[in-house]
Amino acid sequence: MSRMTNRSLPGSAPGTAAPGAGAPGPAPSLMAGPRPGTGAEPAKNAPSGGPWGPRTGRGKPGRTSPLARGGWTPWLYLAPALVVIGGLLVYPVYQLGLISFLEYTQAQVSGGEPTTFQGFGNYATLFRDEQFWQVLLATVVFAAACVVSTLAVGCALAVLLTRVRAVPRLALMLAALGAWATPAVTGSTVWLLLFDPDFGPVNRVLGLGDHSWTYDRFSAFALVLLEVVWCSFPFVMVTVYAGIRAVPSEVLEAASLDGASQWRVWRSVLAPMLRPILVVVTIQSVIWDFKVFTQIYVMTNGGGIAGQNLVLNVYAYQKAFASSQYSLGSAIGVVMLLILLAVTLVYLRLLRKQGEEL
Amino acid sequence: MKLAHFPARMAAPIAALLVAGLTATACAPESSDNSGGKDEKSGTLRVWLFQEVTNTPKEKVVDSVVTAFEKAHDGVKVDVQYIPVETRAEKIKAAFNDPKSAPDLIEYGNTDTAGYVKDGGLADVTEEFTDWSESKDTDPTAKQSVTVDGKIYGAPYFVGVRALYYRTDVFEDLGLDVPKTQDELISTAKEIRQAKPDLYGLAVGGAYTYGAMPFIWANGGEIAEGKGGSYAATIDSPQARKGIKAYTSLFGDDNCPADKCAGMGGNDTVTAFASGKAAMAIGGDFSHAAIEAGKAKGKYAVVPLPGVESGDIAPAFAGGNNLGVLNSTSHRTLAVDLMEQLASKKTQSALFDAMGFLPTFTDVRQDVAKREPFVEPFVKTLGAGAKFVPASPAWSQIDASLVLPTMFQEIVSGRKDVAAASEDAAKKMNAAFSSAG
Repeated sequence: MSRMTNRSLPGSAPGTAAPGAGAPGPAPSLMAGPRPGTGAEPAKNAPSGGPWGPRTGRGKPGRTSPLARGGWTPWLYLAPALVVIGGLLVYPVYQLGLISFLEYTQAQVSGGEPTTFQGFGNYATLFRDEQFWQVLLATVVFAAACVVSTLAVGCALAVLLTRVRAVPRLALMLAALGAWATPAVTGSTVWLLLFDPDFGPVNRVLGLGDHSWTYDRFSAFALVLLEVVWCSFPFVMVTVYAGIRAVPSEVLEAASLDGASQWRVWRSVLAPMLRPILVVVTIQSVIWDFKVFTQIYVMTNGGGIAGQNLVLNVYAYQKAFASSQYSLGSAIGVVMLLILLAVTLVYLRLLRKQGEEL
Repeated sequence: MKLAHFPARMAAPIAALLVAGLTATACAPESSDNSGGKDEKSGTLRVWLFQEVTNTPKEKVVDSVVTAFEKAHDGVKVDVQYIPVETRAEKIKAAFNDPKSAPDLIEYGNTDTAGYVKDGGLADVTEEFTDWSESKDTDPTAKQSVTVDGKIYGAPYFVGVRALYYRTDVFEDLGLDVPKTQDELISTAKEIRQAKPDLYGLAVGGAYTYGAMPFIWANGGEIAEGKGGSYAATIDSPQARKGIKAYTSLFGDDNCPADKCAGMGGNDTVTAFASGKAAMAIGGDFSHAAIEAGKAKGKYAVVPLPGVESGDIAPAFAGGNNLGVLNSTSHRTLAVDLMEQLASKKTQSALFDAMGFLPTFTDVRQDVAKREPFVEPFVKTLGAGAKFVPASPAWSQIDASLVLPTMFQEIVSGRKDVAAASEDAAKKMNAAFSSAG
């Protein structure tokens, strides 16, 4: 928000702006609508000082018609962003939905057979498939375990970061950033090698002989969980650490003067203050972990022994691309989208309710 | 000016709907037109062949055919590209999706024939193939692998077949005889494991479909049977179950521990044998080079995989590749001509010398077996009658959704018994057969 300072605007209308933007008078003050984050081309807007008007001017000119007070101007600025979002988000989701209602396999793509409308046929096939329900359950449980572990590890290490000296802090930061920067395929392969029955150092250190970690369903999931936590905790840690740093030190001092324990400080002071950050990292983690693909695909060789380690995303891939049933894969994609939307909405709702009570 | 009275916040949903509506009318998912139709007699012919691990010898053989072809046809240029085997599925699908940049002639795995035909990708060359003077010597199983519903969609390029590799030094050391029946094979494998616990007796893999099939076929079972053009799974028949039982009995601490072998595929078992970790393995003629490059070099021999009765040979899976002309080609006559040249007896014989690919013509195969004794057990196996997967477009889907590996793995890991697992597999296969019809 600090960027929304008073600047002379009319002369600095960016090249992308529509003609109306140059209108003098109340127009600039009403351009506070679009925020920098929503602009698809902030780089283009930024050099000219940005079209954002002084915040104080918002809504001042009484209730005249939107056109007269330049009500459409924000939308003109938003138009490029909307077009990009429409092209990159709405259109693919629309296609996904459309394909899920068709019979669309390789034969239809390459014109060997005509594309036919199936109604909810693909969904019926999917919901009748016993394996789908098993995979769905496995995905939900696995994602939940990943989210909880990632948040626990990330928050614990964030608190630890605030407690240690500069050198260990730097070391921990570097280690975390290294894990963060490692591509998922590389990370998975390395973890697999660490736990390799024949050559892996883990078995050698633990003296487990040639125990195979990927044979049993739960140990295979646990192994993948370790990798997922390892590569996603840095995001939580860094974000929460930044949040803790922003908490005024007087508050923490006051708490410790009152004799609060570490745990108490976290629970009653830090966590409530960090709520917005925790909400963001939780939702991010839910979405990431629900969509885990690479780790399962690489570490369990495409879904494990007899498909025991399949999660929805890998299952959708197997259906859509390995066996070219694009329409069935799309149906799985739509189901995943709806589940994630529902989970996110419910979660936000819950938080808001809690917030009101607090 | 009525529009102007709309609150600005309503404009976003309206705009989104508008965008969605516009795109909805403009772009339904695409279907490409692969019908080709033209038959030009000059220009550039584009050919896609598979890139082998050591590709230079193959290139040399192909180059000499291409040079002769270009000489014989004025104004014709041939552009050969070698595509990586791992990404062939995507490449060939892409070629079907975009006929404009598609090649005229491709090499493809023979289990994909029916699927590609259903996709509308391959041209029907029944007439040309039947008229081709050399085609009468084509091995019937190889011919079956280019045939769908009585029509021919290509020319067999080479066959690949699997047989039993065994370590001569281990057998000598333990005073064992080469197994002559399936029962002997299993008991010999366990005997070796007992004497040498660091070796797998016979390396098997839960995901090694083509290593497992001979056990089912030898017991009289079938994957599926064609009934009036469509197929019905018979993987749960009593004979097939007997074979499944025999194969899965090889998983366990007394031969190939399930926690390691359940996940192995064909290449893993060959690697285990080549690196000296297995006393026996079911490998192909094409595995020769890999095994020669490993620790087992010079200490192994090959025999046909034994059947149920002494002296029988278990029917092997007739793998291999074919050449096919794409439906979308604009040079049909030229492409078919080049296909015949590339799959001719002369070329196949040269390819055998260069790459070890087994010829698809019975007479050429006999000739090369005389030149190279190594291939004798493989030629014998083919002579005893090799089998092929159901020529149904559903097969590639069944293969890709790992129906058979899942069945073997469920049994091996003790999750289901043979009866339940094979019944489930049959159900899944029938669903695929009926949907791909």
